[in-house]
Amino acid sequence: MEPDLTTSIGPIQLNKPVMLASGILGISLDVFNRLYRSGAGAVVTKSLSTEPWEGYPNPTIFSVKGGGWINAVGLSNPGAENFAKMIEPNKDVPIIVSLVGSIPEDFEKMIQQFENCKVAAYELNLSCPHVAKVGLEVGDDPELVKKIVSTVKNSTNVPVIAKVGLGTTHYLNTVGTAIESGIDAITAINTVRAMAIDVETQRPILSNKFGGLSGTPIKPIALRCVYEISSKYDIPIIGCGGISTWEDAVEFFLAGASAIQLGSAIGDNWIDVFDEINTGILQYMEKKNYSKIKEMVGLAKKL
Amino acid sequence: MQRNYNHTTIVTIEKVIDETPTVRTLVFSDDVMPSVLPGQFAMVWIPGINELPMSVMISDESGKAAFTVRKHGVASTGLFNVKVGQQIGIRGPYGNSFDLKEGKLLLVGGGTGLVPMMRLLTHVKHTDDVTVLIGAKSKNEVFFEELANRLLTNNTHKVIVSTDDGSYGEKGFVTDLVEKHLNQTKYDAVYVCGPEIMMYKTVQSAHSRGVFVQASLERMMKCGVGICGSCCMGEDLVCKDGTVFDGEHLSQNKEFGNYHRNKAGILENY
Ligand SMILES: Cc1cc2nc3c(=O)[nH]c(=O)nc-3n(C[C@H](O)[C@H](O)[C@H](O)COP(=O)(O)OP(=O)(O)OC[C@H]3O[C@@H](n4cnc5c(N)ncnc54)[C@H](O)[C@@H]3O)c2cc1C
Ligand SMILES: Cc1cc2nc3c(=O)[nH]c(=O)nc-3n(C[C@H](O)[C@H](O)[C@H](O)COP(=O)(O)O)c2cc1C
Ligand code: FES
Repeated sequence: MEPDLTTSIGPIQLNKPVMLASGILGISLDVFNRLYRSGAGAVVTKSLSTEPWEGYPNPTIFSVKGGGWINAVGLSNPGAENFAKMIEPNKDVPIIVSLVGSIPEDFEKMIQQFENCKVAAYELNLSCPHVAKVGLEVGDDPELVKKIVSTVKNSTNVPVIAKVGLGTTHYLNTVGTAIESGIDAITAINTVRAMAIDVETQRPILSNKFGGLSGTPIKPIALRCVYEISSKYDIPIIGCGGISTWEDAVEFFLAGASAIQLGSAIGDNWIDVFDEINTGILQYMEKKNYSKIKEMVGLAKKL
Repeated sequence: MQRNYNHTTIVTIEKVIDETPTVRTLVFSDDVMPSVLPGQFAMVWIPGINELPMSVMISDESGKAAFTVRKHGVASTGLFNVKVGQQIGIRGPYGNSFDLKEGKLLLVGGGTGLVPMMRLLTHVKHTDDVTVLIGAKSKNEVFFEELANRLLTNNTHKVIVSTDDGSYGEKGFVTDLVEKHLNQTKYDAVYVCGPEIMMYKTVQSAHSRGVFVQASLERMMKCGVGICGSCCMGEDLVCKDGTVFDGEHLSQNKEFGNYHRNKAGILENY
């Protein structure tokens, strides 16, 4: 049988397994359309909050000499309400709406604002490592994770994904809590808390001092996390972190991911990267005689 | 080892030139920036203050480049206040550049939008017939007129200034001059950089007459490398697909001339 790139992440069906990760180019519907045409199976929006946020002052992004990026954009976003209005005309693109908040009511309110939009899934950002009171600070609090996930699950029929990262609470426990509260899938991982100091001027470069490391340096860590999650739990996983080639993508499938997200690779290779990875995966499937992505999901655990 | 243009390089300001009471040119030595293409920009870090996109200005001296900054908000005022001997960080060059055409060229610039135009002037052929239109609000905001004349010494050329209040040069908006010139002369190319409305009108005037035109656009830029999305204009990411776009492309873009995004990414009218 001819291989095809369709995949399902629990209840979420995609034509292609490579998605745009949250926070990368993710602020306009026009750009989403362009990325979709360029081969993205879905796009995840910038994490949205109840109110518009300006984010941190520049410098907000830093290119690490050994590879990768450290960013502290500070979750700048136009706010859920503005964003919902903007994507209302969308018909074609599978849009996953990423949400960030401090209390269950924040999420409930934002989901209502997307009532008239075609949303493929919500992704709860429980893992941004550089903004106070949201993201990782929420993800690190099991009680809050429980409340937020169950509130969100009760307020929508759209599938809900939790995005986890490396915080002070072990991400495996956060995943466990989210599953108990009814989550449909997990995205792992977010950026890893990091910093950069300029030796000439002897000061931290990012205005927020700390940011999140993304790109190729975190790939082995993200891969390990996906493998650990899929070994411990029976939950659909989206792998994210440092993916830039089709081999990287296949590694994540073999570790247990049903789909992947990428962000930093766009900064290095621009948006052709979606097509390149899709083509590479297809050729690999032909060579290995797979007709569906799911045939290779988690294979590395069996050996 | 070749420099990775994404890595911040620290340079020292060697000279500060006051162009007007609110515009300064800061000169520094560097291996890469002196030879960037016209239209390209750098991300400029003012340690402890901010980082902002800046067109790379030419310098008279070899091995040197500059930034010409107008004092505005926190970031640009921070850069404006940098003194000789102080260090700033630069990364880039980023963005594409103007397509160099030959023949009769019309360059239109306003304010610091003149920066890429000056670099463009260093690339014209001596056979080109070049007209430069400089727009300013009033006399004390005019700069680079003499520089433009000097760079064009060996060309058939005109440098014409217009001020909104008529305190210097011709009175009126530079875009009216653009119309006048396009009516009189068949240009081979029109290049523009300045306030969005100036670019919009210039692009319209030229494109509607079938004249090749390019504009170098500005949008909010946080990363400069095509990651953050803050610079999007319709489907285009200005830092990566631009900053230079041609009239044909711009005439399809519904945000050009109408909207830009603020720091939160909300669309605002121009
Ligand atoms: C490619 C490019 C080249 C530029 N070249 C020059 C130049 O040569 N000389 C010069 O004086 N200015 C240049 N600018 C404009 C400059 O980057 C700043 O926008 C401007 O100086 C005001 O910044 P501020 O933070 O001081 O003002 P603020 O008061 O903070 O902001 C005023 C307005 O400036 C814009 N702005 C602020 N920060 C940025 C940013 N990081 N990126 C883009 N726009 C921003 C926004 O529209 C904002 O509303 C360029 C901009 C771009 C995009
Ligand atoms: C500039 C930038 C902004 C980001 N913003 C968000 C965000 O708003 N929400 C979120 O969940 N993750 C955000 N991330 C994290 C990415 O979605 C992704 O998890 C991380 O970058 C690892 O993937 P990558 O190595 O492919 O970039 C951001 C990353 C970058 C580089
Ligand atoms: S400035 Fe970040 S994408 Fe253009």
